[in-house]
Amino acid sequence: MTRYIRRAAALCALLLVALLVNAARVQIVQSSTYDDNPANRRPTIARYGQPRGDIVVGGQPVTGSKDTGEQLRYERTYHDGPLYAPVTGFASQVYGTTGLENAADGILAGTDPMLSLLPLWNGVSRDRNPGGKVVTTLAAGAQRAAYEGLAGRRGAVAAIEPSSGRILALVSAPSYDPGELSGTNSAVTSAWDRLNGDPARPMLNRAIRQTYPPGSTFKVVTAAAALDAGVIRDLDAPTRSPDPYPLPETRISLTNEAEDCEDASLRYAFEWSCNTVFAKLGVDVGLKDMTATAAHFGFNDKGLRIPFPVAPSNFDTKLDAPQLALSSIGQFDTRATPLQMAMIAAAVAGGGSVKSPYLVERTTTSAGGTVSATSPRTLHQAMNPSTAARLREMMTDVVRKGTGKNAAIRGATVGGKTGTAQHGIGNSGTPYAWFISWAQADNALEPAVAVAVVVEDASARRGDISGGGDAAPIAKAVMEAVLRS
Amino acid sequence: MIQPGWPGTKAVADPLAPDLRLPRRRGIEFSLLVVAVLLSVYGYCAVGLAKRGTVPPGAAGYGAGLGVLALLAHLAVRFRAPYADPLLLPIAVLLNGLGLVLIYRLDLETPADHAAPAQLNWSTLGVALFIAVVVLLRDHRVLQRYAYVSVVGALALLTLPIFFPAVNGARIWLRIAGFSIQPGEFAKVLLAVFFAGYLAANRHALTYAGRRVWKLQFPTGRVLGPIVAIWLLSLGVLVLERDLGTSLLFFGLFVMLLYVATGRTGWIAVGLLLAVGGALAVGRLEPHVHSRVQDWLHPFASIDAGQGPNQLAQSLFAFASGGMLGTGLGLGHSILIGFAAKSDFILATAGEELGLAGLSAIFLLYALLVERGYRAGLALRDPFGRLLAIGLASIVALQAFVIAGGVTGLIPLTGMAMPFLAQGGSSVVTNWIIVALLIRISDSARSQYDGTAAP
Repeated sequence: MTRYIRRAAALCALLLVALLVNAARVQIVQSSTYDDNPANRRPTIARYGQPRGDIVVGGQPVTGSKDTGEQLRYERTYHDGPLYAPVTGFASQVYGTTGLENAADGILAGTDPMLSLLPLWNGVSRDRNPGGKVVTTLAAGAQRAAYEGLAGRRGAVAAIEPSSGRILALVSAPSYDPGELSGTNSAVTSAWDRLNGDPARPMLNRAIRQTYPPGSTFKVVTAAAALDAGVIRDLDAPTRSPDPYPLPETRISLTNEAEDCEDASLRYAFEWSCNTVFAKLGVDVGLKDMTATAAHFGFNDKGLRIPFPVAPSNFDTKLDAPQLALSSIGQFDTRATPLQMAMIAAAVAGGGSVKSPYLVERTTTSAGGTVSATSPRTLHQAMNPSTAARLREMMTDVVRKGTGKNAAIRGATVGGKTGTAQHGIGNSGTPYAWFISWAQADNALEPAVAVAVVVEDASARRGDISGGGDAAPIAKAVMEAVLRS
Repeated sequence: MIQPGWPGTKAVADPLAPDLRLPRRRGIEFSLLVVAVLLSVYGYCAVGLAKRGTVPPGAAGYGAGLGVLALLAHLAVRFRAPYADPLLLPIAVLLNGLGLVLIYRLDLETPADHAAPAQLNWSTLGVALFIAVVVLLRDHRVLQRYAYVSVVGALALLTLPIFFPAVNGARIWLRIAGFSIQPGEFAKVLLAVFFAGYLAANRHALTYAGRRVWKLQFPTGRVLGPIVAIWLLSLGVLVLERDLGTSLLFFGLFVMLLYVATGRTGWIAVGLLLAVGGALAVGRLEPHVHSRVQDWLHPFASIDAGQGPNQLAQSLFAFASGGMLGTGLGLGHSILIGFAAKSDFILATAGEELGLAGLSAIFLLYALLVERGYRAGLALRDPFGRLLAIGLASIVALQAFVIAGGVTGLIPLTGMAMPFLAQGGSSVVTNWIIVALLIRISDSARSQYDGTAAP
C-alpha cells in the first residue's frame, strides 16, 4: 500500500504545481492583458485613488483635487476653469481627459515611470507615484487679457514668444468650466449634454482645433513668398497690377475695399491690404513657391503637437490660376488655426525662423524635481532673414499709419496685419475679423510676443476695418500684458 | 500495567538504554502557534491601518481570542495526543486566522453584511469540537466500527437540502432559525470514514476476486455494488442539488482511496472514464453546470456581450492586479467580485492583496497540511488508519485544488469553500474536525514506535 500512497501523494503534488503555474500565469505572465481589459475597473479606481498632480500657470496651480470618499475618490477641481480650459482640458471620471490633462496624463496621474527613482522596482511592486506637476509656458496676464478681450464673443487668441515658441496665451471663447465634468454624479452627465448641445460649441478649442479662412492676414505669407522668390525686389516699386484684377482664365474680376490699389507698390498694398495686388503676386510667384512657403510657415502639417495635436492648417497643393489667386489672399480653401497665424507673426518677428510652439515648460515630480523640460526647437526657416526684416518694416507701417492703428503701444514697436475673412455661401456669413501682430519693447533686444486674434461675430462692417476694430484692441491688450510682465 | 509511552516510564525502567522514543516536539508546536497568532494579528492591524489609518479597536480582543483558542487546542494536544505532528495545528490556526483577517477586511467594504464575528463564533465551535475529538477519541480504529453508520448519516445529510430552497442556483443549504448549514461539509468526513472502513475490509476481495475482462480484473458484484451506488449517488447529488464541487470531491476521494487500497491502476482509468462521461452528460444536460463550463472556456464572453464582467472575470482581474507582491492588505478592490467575495472567491482577495508571493505561501500551507496527513498515513500500520489519513488529507487537497483552480481559471468553477479560509460555518467546523482526526492519527503513528522499539 505504501507505494500507492506515495503515488497518490505525487498526484497531489502535481495538483499543487498546476495551481502554482496557473497562478503565475494569471498574476505575472498575462496580468497586463487583464489589467488592460476595458471592463476592468481597477485601473480607473487606482487612477482616481490619489490626487492628480497640478497644472501650473505662472507659479500658481490652476487645478486642485477634492476628496469625495467614493470609489473613484479624488475629483478634479479648477481655479478659473473657463479661462484655462483650452489649455488644461478636463479630467472626468466619466468622459476621460482632454488637453494637457490628456497629453500629460502619465505625469499627472503618477503612472509615468519617469516619476520614480527606481522604475524597475516600481514595475515589480506596482507602487504608484504621487502625481507630478506640469508647468506651463502660459503668461497669466496675457491669458486673462485675451479672455477678457474676447468677453464671451466667439473667437480665439493665440500668443507665442517668437524667440522660443513658448505659448503665452491660448484662449477660446465662449469657454466652459471643466470642473463641471469632474465626478460621477448626474450633474456631470447633464453638464456634458448641455455643453455638447450648445450651438456656440464651448468645448471646441478654437485656438488650435478650428481653422478659419485667414483673409488678408495671409498676405504676410504671399509677400514673403514674393520677396524670397525675387518677384518683388523693391518694396516701393509699382507692381504693374490692374484694379480690378481679372482672375486668369475667368470672367470674374477681383476688386478692393481699399483705394488707389492700381499698380500700387508692395508697401502700399500691404499697408492698405490691396486684394488685387496680392492675388496677382500669388499667381506671379507660382503654385510651387507659394505652397513651399506656406508649408515652411507650418501649413499642411498634420503632425504638430503642443503637446496635444493641432488641427492642420490648409493651403491647397493643387490649384489652377484663379484658385491660386484667391488662395493667395487667404480665401478659397486656405484655412488656418489662430495658432498657425500667431506662428506667422512670430516668424516675421523672429527673423524668419518658425519655432515649434509648446505649452509645457517642464514636468516635475510632486516634490518639484524636474522630470523633463522642453527646449525650443526650430521647425523651419520660413524665409530669408532679409525678407523677414522687410516684412517687419511693412507690418510696423500697418500699425503706425495703416489699418492696424488700434494696436499701437507706447514705448514699443508693434507690427501687425489686419484681415477680414469672408465665408459662407456666397460670402453671406458675418466676416471673421483677424489681427496678427508682434511687439518689441523699445529697450528690448528682440520681440517679446506674437499674437493672433480671430473674432467670429465681428461687427458687420466689411473691409479690414473690422479686423482693426474688433481684433486689434484684443491683440494690443495681450501684447501689453506680456510687455509689462 | 504501565503502558510504554507514558511520560517518564522509559527513563525509570532503564536509565542506561538509548532513548528510542520519538521526540514529542510540543514546544515547537507552541512556538509555531505563537507565530501563527502573531501573523494573524499583524494582518488584522495591517487591514485597519490601510483602511482607517488606525489599529482596529478589536485588535487586542481578536489576538486574545485567537490566542486562547490556539492555546486550548495546544493543551488538548499536549495532554491527549503528545506525539502528534507539531505542524498540523499551527497550519490550521494560521489559515483560520488569515481567513478571519480577509473576511474582516471585506466586511469593511460591505457595511450591511458583517461576516467576521459569525466566522469567529464558528471557529470557536470548530476548536471546541477539535478539542472534543482529541480528548474523547482515544484510538482512531474505533471509527472503523461505525463505517456503515457513517454512510447512512452521510446520505441523510446529503439528501436533506433537497427539501430546502436553492440559494444562488445550488441546493446545498439548510436554513434553520437564521443559521445556514451546509450538511454536505459534514458528510465529507463521514464518507471518508465509510470509504476507509469499507475498503480496508474489502480490499482483498476488490483486488483478486471476480471476473476477468481482457486485461481488467473485475471484482464480484457484491463488492462492486456499493461502489457503483456511491458513483451514482455523487451524480445524483450533482443533478439534484446542482453541486458540481461536492460530487467531484466525493468521486475523486473515492477513486483515490480505491487506488491506494487495491493498487490497481485500472481503477483510476475506470474512475476517470466514468467521471468524464458523467461530467460530459451533466455538462450537456444541466444548464447550471453548462453555464459554469462556458464561463470557464470564455471568461470574458459577458464583457463582449456588453453585460460587464462576470464573477470569474472579476476574479481574474483581481488576481492579475495583485502581481508579484500584491497591493497590500486592505488596499485592493476584490469587493468588485460581488456576492461570493467572502466565500467562494476569498482567494481572489488573497491573490490581489498579498500577490503571487502570498498566494503561493497559502498554497504551500495547504500542501504542507496534506503532506503531514499523508506522512501520518504512511507511518501507520493498520489499513483503516492509513486509508482514513489519506482520505482526510485528500479531501483537503482536492477541495483546495478544485476551488483554487476554479477561481484562477484553471478548471471550471464549482461552488466550494477554501478550507479554513472562506466564510462558512459548516466548512470551518468540518475542517477543524478533519485536523483533529489527523492529529489523532499522527499521534498513533508516531507513538506506536514506542511500544515496539522499547527493549
